Amino acid sequence: MNDLPTQPVSAARRARVVQEQAELVATTRVGAYQHLTLASPGVAGLARPGQFVALAVGDESSGTLLRRSFSIHKVTPGPSSNGAGGTVEIVVSAVGAGTRWITSRQVHDRIDVVGPVGRAFPLPTAPVPCVLVGGGYGSAPLFWLAGELRERGCTVDIVLGAASEDRLFGVLEARRSCDGVTVTTDDGSAGVKGWVSDVLPDVIDRRGAGVVYACGPMGMLRAVSDVAAAHGAVAQVAVEEAMACGIGICMTCVMPVVGSDGLTRMVRSCVEGPVFRGDRVRWDAVTPTGAVVPPDAVGAPRAVTR
Amino acid sequence: MSTTLGARRLANPLMTASGCAANGQELHRFFDVSELGAFVTKSVMSEPRSGRGTPRMAETPSGMLNSIGLQGPGIQAFVEHDLPWLASVGATVLPSIAGGSATEFAHVAAVLRSSDAFGCVAGVEVNISCPNVANRGLVFACDPLSSAKVIALVREQVPRDVPIFAKLSPDVTDITAIAAACVKAGADGLTMINTLLGMSIDTDRLRPHLGGVTGGLSGPGIRPVAVRAVWQVRAAMDEGRMPTVPIIGVGGVRTGTDALELVAAGASAVQVGTASFNDPTAPVRVLRELTGLLEEKGFATFDEVVGIAHGRQGES
Ligand SMILES: Cc1cc2nc3c(=O)[nH]c(=O)nc-3n(C[C@H](O)[C@H](O)[C@H](O)COP(=O)(O)OP(=O)(O)OC[C@H]3O[C@@H](n4cnc5c(N)ncnc54)[C@H](O)[C@@H]3O)c2cc1C
Ligand SMILES: Cc1cc2nc3c(=O)[nH]c(=O)nc-3n(C[C@H](O)[C@H](O)[C@H](O)COP(=O)(O)O)c2cc1C
Ligand code: FES
Repeated sequence: MNDLPTQPVSAARRARVVQEQAELVATTRVGAYQHLTLASPGVAGLARPGQFVALAVGDESSGTLLRRSFSIHKVTPGPSSNGAGGTVEIVVSAVGAGTRWITSRQVHDRIDVVGPVGRAFPLPTAPVPCVLVGGGYGSAPLFWLAGELRERGCTVDIVLGAASEDRLFGVLEARRSCDGVTVTTDDGSAGVKGWVSDVLPDVIDRRGAGVVYACGPMGMLRAVSDVAAAHGAVAQVAVEEAMACGIGICMTCVMPVVGSDGLTRMVRSCVEGPVFRGDRVRWDAVTPTGAVVPPDAVGAPRAVTR
Repeated sequence: MSTTLGARRLANPLMTASGCAANGQELHRFFDVSELGAFVTKSVMSEPRSGRGTPRMAETPSGMLNSIGLQGPGIQAFVEHDLPWLASVGATVLPSIAGGSATEFAHVAAVLRSSDAFGCVAGVEVNISCPNVANRGLVFACDPLSSAKVIALVREQVPRDVPIFAKLSPDVTDITAIAAACVKAGADGLTMINTLLGMSIDTDRLRPHLGGVTGGLSGPGIRPVAVRAVWQVRAAMDEGRMPTVPIIGVGGVRTGTDALELVAAGASAVQVGTASFNDPTAPVRVLRELTGLLEEKGFATFDEVVGIAHGRQGES
């Protein structure tokens, strides 16, 4: 396991998941996003940075059946040791019917939550310098991760990027929880004008970073993976693929990923991900609208009949 | 709440639907899968399959479209890992098998039968109706002759005391003709319905939304089609147009009331599919709700409700 300065989370911990009717205890506008705090003690007691929750939209007779997934921004364990009273925070961008419903909930409303789901960011076993990269709301899970990394003696730099200033999330929090902060915007309304991948090589080299953690749009994750590889760092990226169930039973959320045996498989990003090693994702098969099955993938169609 | 399916008695009539529950381990984190009348596994083919590209799903009003393309590990891995796991937790299993040709179906059935864990198998569901395989012309369940050929070859491979169920497509002119052909060829029961072929256009890009272009429509939005299909086939049995065999109802079941609808139309068991994506505990919740409803209505056994609506047609 020593090709990687990170350790996987224990299988037992990864497997535990709960479903609960969480009460919304706070909801606030943050730039272009809505920041929700849910009383969800079961999830709070189990979650690790990088995992996510899958929320139902509407009540049990809602015509919108599929769950919506959100990275866990932060958890606060409850006063009792079993986590009772704990809260889970998420940051939501209202883009469609489901996210509009979720962001229009009021304090005391209940939301059906399943979580924590997916594999957490693997943490280094030694105090190596780390760089965190967040695109838009993709920065939400990174501050909690930053805290855990610094507890392990790692120095943590963070790069936050977005299209414009109102789409950045957590710049102030970054200044509190990280050793160095770099901001980029596509339109130059805050920080450096450009993309995170423009400034990333410099940040990695300056600290001699060993691991780059990233969460954000697919195009950004691909660029981060390439930069990390070129600068001698391991990338751990949290992907976002359309999910119907979020718990591993439907097979809608697959990504082409290379396994430790060198073979590419279409793996479920909800249970085998959402965090993958950047150099294991077959970016050549990931397009802006979806992933195609690489012809060399296990079980790929031999002859395409169209 | 026990029910009879061919030669087998099941503890209760609730099942998962193929492809909506993986092979058990994921749902076992939410409820004990051995509590179900039977656990229906994802359709398995002879070789590992990658399925189609993404996006593989599109949400629809009260439902969804999927174009998974029968992704799976292949029958060898299934009998080495998945079936023994299901047996180890005490589940009663209805494996679902699929193939690109009648001989592939027979091969998959033969490997399944030879598995050490075959003891947990209460029946085999033969998926002749998946709309997501690369060659759409090969939906066996659209043609009585091809359906019958698959069923006859599978029947030869499966021991007589293990019933086989043909899973039918609603996308046909006369579902009773396909049902009759399958029973004549040796099906001990029928599962109705598989998804309906549908399509969605991405209106931003004005191009097909799904990687697989067309997909299977499922969820509460299709329930009336399932009720109709079960009703028509049960009526054909009652009228003596085909032999009477048990029907497993599936399509849009989300509550105990939804399940009761299929049972009253003629289903001896009910599967829960897409609703599990909304609520992972849906299969056991529906069982609880259905049991409560039957008690409330004063029925002593489950059997007396199966097909009850047929005798009450036109009653005031
Ligand atoms: C692991 C993971 C973590 C995520 N974390 C966050 C987060 O922290 N904050 C946030 O605002 N969003 C997050 N998303 C994206 C969020 O889930 C989608 O924006 C949301 O599902 C869109 O729902 P909708 O009802 O608004 O859109 P609709 O277009 O109505 O959705 C229709 C269907 O498509 C799916 N879908 C549509 N867009 C996406 C997308 N971009 N990614 C995944 N599924 C999609 C929906 O889940 C739904 O099933 C995350 C997604 C994943 C997979
Ligand atoms: C994501 C998904 C995958 C499916 N895969 C299979 C399959 O492998 N084999 C099969 O026989 N049916 C498959 N089905 C069909 C279901 O078993 C069921 O017949 C159909 O979804 C209707 O039931 P529902 O409305 O309760 O979902 C699938 C359905 C969905 C939604
Ligand atoms: S979202 Fe259903 S398997 Fe991943």
